[in-house]
Amino acid sequence: MDSLLKVLRNPLGLAGVLLILFWAVIALSAPALCPPAHADAPYAIARISYSSIPGPPSAKAWLGTTGGGYDILYGIVWGSRNAFRVGLVVVSVSLVIGVLLGGIGAFIGGWADEIVMRVTDLFMSFPFLIAVIVMSIVLGKGLDKMIIALIVFGWRQYARIMRGEVLAIKGKDFVNSARSIGMSSTRLFFRHVLPNAIFPAFVLASLDIGATVLIAASLSFLGVGAEPGFADWGQMINFSRGWVLGVTGSPFLYWYTYVYPSLAIVTFVLGWTLLGDILRDVLDPKLRKSLYKSKGGGDEQG
Amino acid sequence: MIRYLSKRMAALPLVLLCLTALIFSLVLFLSPYERLAVFIPNADVVGGNIPFDQLVHQYGLDQPFYVQYWSWLGGLLHGNLGWSPSAGMPVAEALAKYFPATLELMLVGALMVFPPGIWLGMHAATHHNRWSDQTARVGTILGVSLPEFIFGLVLMVLFYGWLGWLPPGRFSQWAEDAVYLSSFHRYTGMTTVDGLLNGRPDIAFDALRHLLLPALAYSIGLLSTVLRMTRSSLLETLNKEYVMTARAKGLMERVVIRKHALRNALLPVVTLGGTIVARMLGGAVIVETVFNYHGMGMFIVSAAQGLDFPAILGASLLIGVIIIVTNLVIDILYVVLDPTVELR
Repeated sequence: MDSLLKVLRNPLGLAGVLLILFWAVIALSAPALCPPAHADAPYAIARISYSSIPGPPSAKAWLGTTGGGYDILYGIVWGSRNAFRVGLVVVSVSLVIGVLLGGIGAFIGGWADEIVMRVTDLFMSFPFLIAVIVMSIVLGKGLDKMIIALIVFGWRQYARIMRGEVLAIKGKDFVNSARSIGMSSTRLFFRHVLPNAIFPAFVLASLDIGATVLIAASLSFLGVGAEPGFADWGQMINFSRGWVLGVTGSPFLYWYTYVYPSLAIVTFVLGWTLLGDILRDVLDPKLRKSLYKSKGGGDEQG
Repeated sequence: MIRYLSKRMAALPLVLLCLTALIFSLVLFLSPYERLAVFIPNADVVGGNIPFDQLVHQYGLDQPFYVQYWSWLGGLLHGNLGWSPSAGMPVAEALAKYFPATLELMLVGALMVFPPGIWLGMHAATHHNRWSDQTARVGTILGVSLPEFIFGLVLMVLFYGWLGWLPPGRFSQWAEDAVYLSSFHRYTGMTTVDGLLNGRPDIAFDALRHLLLPALAYSIGLLSTVLRMTRSSLLETLNKEYVMTARAKGLMERVVIRKHALRNALLPVVTLGGTIVARMLGGAVIVETVFNYHGMGMFIVSAAQGLDFPAILGASLLIGVIIIVTNLVIDILYVVLDPTVELR
């Protein structure tokens, strides 16, 4: 709580939290903002027309339509729910898997640590984006499959960061004394080691939510992510790819097809990045100390 | 050093074996018929009477996993990575054709990432908490939050659609015609280098014009990463006692920073190299698609969309090798730069 207050007192941190809140409000009030035509399929973007040419903002579609007649406003509003879903589900599941694997491996040490780290290295020796593309291709199209693909390659960084923390904490006096009074290893790990080692993983997670949404948008942009017509920000840009250059003489004719979805993606990711960044400064005592020193012992605000 | 190197080299085949087995195991997600269908051009042409079961059996697609993996490994050892239907040529040939294009893009990208990133990071650290530092801080957060495909599209609309300066694609038409003439020797496959080696600076310049925008599109996020790392690392170093000593000796501030602080502060930036290579390979997939630049990234996307499994396997193997070798080089470089680190 204390660190959250510190984040809010920083203007950049406050801006991040406000951006996230903005999108949370949009996501929660999506049914009121853009009532779906078919209540059972709200994530299918409403189509104003079937014209392949994008349509400019009008009374019917406030932000215009993409190629294929998809309503941009509708896609952005309902897409925000999917952005939250992808970001939160992928990051929380990856966090749990990575923290448990890396943490338990390092806590047991020896062969267990060795096996976990070699497997982590193996998963690390591959660019994240390409791995996820290959994975989501074999799984097929769809948001749920994309989420699985992102998790399969998402846990590795948490395992690595957790391992370092647990190794550093393992030899501390409080761990040894807890062990010496006869505490079981399981209890020791979950009650004492884990709570003391998990903060860096949390900071990484808050930065990772933005990054994950960004990768998901890129996948949909490439046409290997969500199903066609599914409310997804990356896909909306994909719909209009053939039109972004406008026509000869007026290069910005179809500006709305990429400006609005891009703004949605960038502000969403920016919110999480700001939050994670400021949170890291607040929680990282080493950096705080160096800031403190260089200012000659002034206040702690960076 | 020699012992360490030979140990790492000996582990290399084992790592590659695990990596290829991991990638190959993805094959289990697809049915033999899905894999076969990619190779059958058009059902109508053959009359719709395709003996699927017989073909699946003939090519061993119904064999257990380890038999298929073993036969793929056997082909690999003979330099045969299979046939890529999406590229219409053998996988090895396709990789030899497309990888240099991506490498070229990565090299231009590295020039846009490291020198400016380090310089700006140094500037931000030495002007700590002044306006340039604050600008760098906000700028890098923006830089990391900007997806490559959005920045790429914006660059294309501005510099191609509006100003008409920098075209997409890999060549201009005249240059492409010239490059594929038999009198033009493809020494490296990288058009900028080959252009110069063949005494055709116009072709090299044309290639460079096509490289600038895609390289810029994926460099901005990486530049931010390098800038931040340099800044925070240098800030920490500037508080060290040996820097105080250097200042106390009366050295000029510029000498203190360049000679004493920066050299040590850049060590963490060196370790970033591996991450950056991996992220450039991943980013290539996106920027090459945005700019219609025919390199390995586009090859991977089209292979993935066409379920072209041999191509995906081959490209994955090449990428795995690149990443593993890069990490090895960086580990060695780290020891050369920092004598206090010992290799185990």
